[in-house]
Amino acid sequence: MLDACGAGSPEDLFAHLPGAVRLNRPLAIEPGISEYEIVEYFKQRASECAAGYSSFLGAGVYNHYRPVLVDTVVSRGEFLTSYTPYQAEISQGTLTAIFEFQTMICQLTGMDVANASMYDGSTAVPEAAMMAVRATGKGRVLVAKTVHPEYREVLRTYARNQGMPVEEFGYAEEAGTIDLEDLERKMDDLTGAVIVQSPNFFGIVDQVKAAAEIAHKRGALLVLIFTEAVSMGILEPAADADIVAGELQSFAISPSYGGPYAGIIATKEKLVRQMPGRLVGQTTDSRGNRAFCLTLSTREQHIRREKATSNICTNQALIALMATVFMSVYGKLGLRELAEQNLAKSHYLAGKMTPRFSGKFFNEFVAKVGSPEAVNKALLKRRIVGGLPLGRFYPVLADCMLLCATEMSRKADMDAIGEVLKVPTAATEQAEVLA
Amino acid sequence: MYPENFRYTKEHEWVLVEGDTGTIGITDHAQEELGDIVYVDLPKAGAKLEQGKSLGSVESVKAVSDVYSPVSGEVLESNPLLADAPEKLNEDPHGVAWLVKIKLSSPADAANLMTAADYQTYIGAEK
Amino acid sequence: MIGKVREHLSQNESLLFERSSPGKRAYQLPELDVPAVDAGEALGAENVRDGIEGFPEVSEVETIRHFTRLSTWNYAIDHGMYPLGSCTMKYNPRINELVARIEGLAWAHPYQPEALSQGCMQIMDRLESILAEITGMDAVTLQPAAGAHGELTGILLIRALLEKRGNARKKILIPDSAHGTNPATAAIAGYAVENIKSNSSGVLDVGALEQLVTEDVAALMVTNPNTLGVFEENIIHVAELLHQKGAMLYMDGANMNALVGMARPGDFGVDVLHLNLHKTFSTPHGGGGPGAGPVCVKKVLEPFLPTPRLKRSGKKLTFDYKRKHSIGRVKAFYGNFGVLVRALAYILAHGGPGLRNATMDAVLNAVYIRKALEPYYDLPYPSANMHEVVFSDDRQAKLGVRTGELAKRLIDYGFHPYTVSFPLIVHGALMIEPTETESKIEIDQFIDAMISIAKEVEADPQLVKNAPYGTRTSKVDEVTAARKPVLRWKPA
Repeated sequence: MLDACGAGSPEDLFAHLPGAVRLNRPLAIEPGISEYEIVEYFKQRASECAAGYSSFLGAGVYNHYRPVLVDTVVSRGEFLTSYTPYQAEISQGTLTAIFEFQTMICQLTGMDVANASMYDGSTAVPEAAMMAVRATGKGRVLVAKTVHPEYREVLRTYARNQGMPVEEFGYAEEAGTIDLEDLERKMDDLTGAVIVQSPNFFGIVDQVKAAAEIAHKRGALLVLIFTEAVSMGILEPAADADIVAGELQSFAISPSYGGPYAGIIATKEKLVRQMPGRLVGQTTDSRGNRAFCLTLSTREQHIRREKATSNICTNQALIALMATVFMSVYGKLGLRELAEQNLAKSHYLAGKMTPRFSGKFFNEFVAKVGSPEAVNKALLKRRIVGGLPLGRFYPVLADCMLLCATEMSRKADMDAIGEVLKVPTAATEQAEVLA
Repeated sequence: MYPENFRYTKEHEWVLVEGDTGTIGITDHAQEELGDIVYVDLPKAGAKLEQGKSLGSVESVKAVSDVYSPVSGEVLESNPLLADAPEKLNEDPHGVAWLVKIKLSSPADAANLMTAADYQTYIGAEK
Repeated sequence: MIGKVREHLSQNESLLFERSSPGKRAYQLPELDVPAVDAGEALGAENVRDGIEGFPEVSEVETIRHFTRLSTWNYAIDHGMYPLGSCTMKYNPRINELVARIEGLAWAHPYQPEALSQGCMQIMDRLESILAEITGMDAVTLQPAAGAHGELTGILLIRALLEKRGNARKKILIPDSAHGTNPATAAIAGYAVENIKSNSSGVLDVGALEQLVTEDVAALMVTNPNTLGVFEENIIHVAELLHQKGAMLYMDGANMNALVGMARPGDFGVDVLHLNLHKTFSTPHGGGGPGAGPVCVKKVLEPFLPTPRLKRSGKKLTFDYKRKHSIGRVKAFYGNFGVLVRALAYILAHGGPGLRNATMDAVLNAVYIRKALEPYYDLPYPSANMHEVVFSDDRQAKLGVRTGELAKRLIDYGFHPYTVSFPLIVHGALMIEPTETESKIEIDQFIDAMISIAKEVEADPQLVKNAPYGTRTSKVDEVTAARKPVLRWKPA
């Protein structure tokens, strides 16, 4: 091969690079190791993590059982190692699966169209906001404080550079749902998007209909966010939402320390051209057989370049496929039963403590525990990872933690949490004295 | 092929001026270059157009092209036919598939544009 | 015909919804060990849905058959070469999949206590160091989820630095050969785009650049080697020009497969770049994602990196959230950790010498292809190419056959098409990147296929124009799909 290239050695093929550019030493990276050693390395690292602990963390990432079929399917080389389906004739597998995915998301969210995934729920938020701004021509965005705090951070990063003012509105002290009066007060005719989450960050089913009314009255769109996809197995989809955006991690996607996940955006028919991300459409081939292909590509960066609806190129096809298999395995009956189990578990756990809010919740809730750090310390001794101390995101809720129970949560562990909470720690005693 | 009573732009748009109203479209050469047209994005009635500025776009499967207004004025209506049947723009770009009807703000605009003969020469030279 | 493919029966399969019937199920949940709760009472009756209209109901066997049949309709790297330029479709090592699934890593929750997350943090820390070494940069963020996301992060970093200096400036210069994500990113970051032409050698026109770099220019976004596979020989001078005017140099790292171990962007004046782990570092494309787009920066940009950042606190690693100048978050949590694990596994397997060898093989393969196909396809830019080569369809176009049609015919020979019609500066481009994965045997079959197609164009152009013939579907009607979009299944 070198002869054919007219080169004496592979290095010769780099000879045309300016000398000042060439790296004249080996990379300071150890030589390659064997497969066995690689596995050992990662097993070691894994042992330094929380394997063998039961976890009651939610807050945007949920512990749900992953049916074995999920990995069986995504491990097939034809799915794992295939490329974006630009060449429809040799990608019908991926395209068909995505079409089914889009359909199931529509069925779950009650929307007309859904895209073939965004990077994750957090980045779907600014994409949905920008979509609403494009559609209404109005640049201001109102977002509820009960939307996931890190999602709001991402929104702000994007918004700052789009000249898109973002303002937050609060939640009702007692109920834990959005403060409708605060929203009404802050609403104006320059607002293009009102963003709420349901179930919200506190796990509570929020007042989407009421928020939509306020938004629509002043010509804004209602963007509904979700982080716990299993909730759609039991919660009525919001007919009044214009755009639904959220996270599918609950559908057989490993928590994997924060990613990769899969976000989606779904919307009404009339907004489809404003929607970012890939879309698969049904069509026919020249012989009249049903076939699928990527479509409405002119919204996207590779064609419209600086006028694109987004700069997104990669989607999360393999992750979306995991979710598709999950949805097939559980199906209509299973997803409902799964949601009911989650409801049962969380309500059992909540029965052992003082919920902070009166609002109705799905599988997460906020508990007032005095000193979340002390409680968690005690729980760790029992190899239980407790709820998320909320002080880091909501300083007024520093005496609370956000607990999540799913179908994987065991009664024994929940009973253990109940026991730990019954035992007064120095901090809870102090809190009671001060109260 | 290219109607005598139209005037043409370098960006392959045409305009037919009748008194102080005009009809705007894209030329046969343009639709040929674009290939199968799948979507047309047109302005609403009342929108103000400026000569040389984009009034909307035409999309094929793999490309988007801006359409630039040959004259300045206010949009009276956009062709409703093209929302459901964008393929008409390939079939009859000089006839039923006009894009926009406009009330000219300065009828003299069209005088600077190319005649049919000039346009034929222009696209001949482009090739 | 080249003997890479033969016909084979493939199974038909309808959609899940068409296979469904009420009561079929593929799941079984355990018995509840706590009391059931009435949904209406717990959630409010008006909030409970009746059911999920149209959702699938199929058995386990039907599920596995469904997806298995679908999979057989795909082409994949496991089947054969993808000569897609700019995509770096190299082998996806299976060891990556195994290690990413190890329980302690796969089930790690991003909010679990740091004391119980040291293993995950160590992996990220090690990858950051390695990527900094490979790129010659000072600091790395692993937060961005993909290349385009990394681009946005990089441009936002530049904006933040320039703002701190008193003027964010207004525009970004982008070569006309750039990938579409570059201008789209600039627009989202709030900058105007100004295109800069490539010269007749296919590289940046330095004279033109000199004119264009003003105090209004925030940065130049460059890909190096560029999308023609040609190294930007004036890159050091370009960097100087920009820096003199207070502007920055952003590098799109999509083509790093030509540089790893041989040259480092940090050494030739780049201030910030993104990497595509799903390209250069072998993580699987999975039909379109996930990816990861780490961003590597010079010290001057470090304070602006997304929050949080890993830092050492004695023997432990911790996340630092107190970062005054940070641009904020670009994604929740820490990044696509699962993808990072896979990339690190790849790097550990190759090691420094292995990575360097891979780069040399990648370039050798591409130059070999160039030499073999030059007699048959027009090469618009004769400069030395690196890991990819770009031809144009000029010769074939004279006989009425365009690059898209040639690409479809290549499918009949058992290959995925090369990248069609990109970069835009080449009329009718054929962009080919073999990667180091391909053996001489596979590459020779590819070359033979391309030569055979060139001959077919001369003998019988219509044959090529009507391809592909051997695929499960014939040519798909993309026009109707765009005119009358049907984006979901609906019951009849």
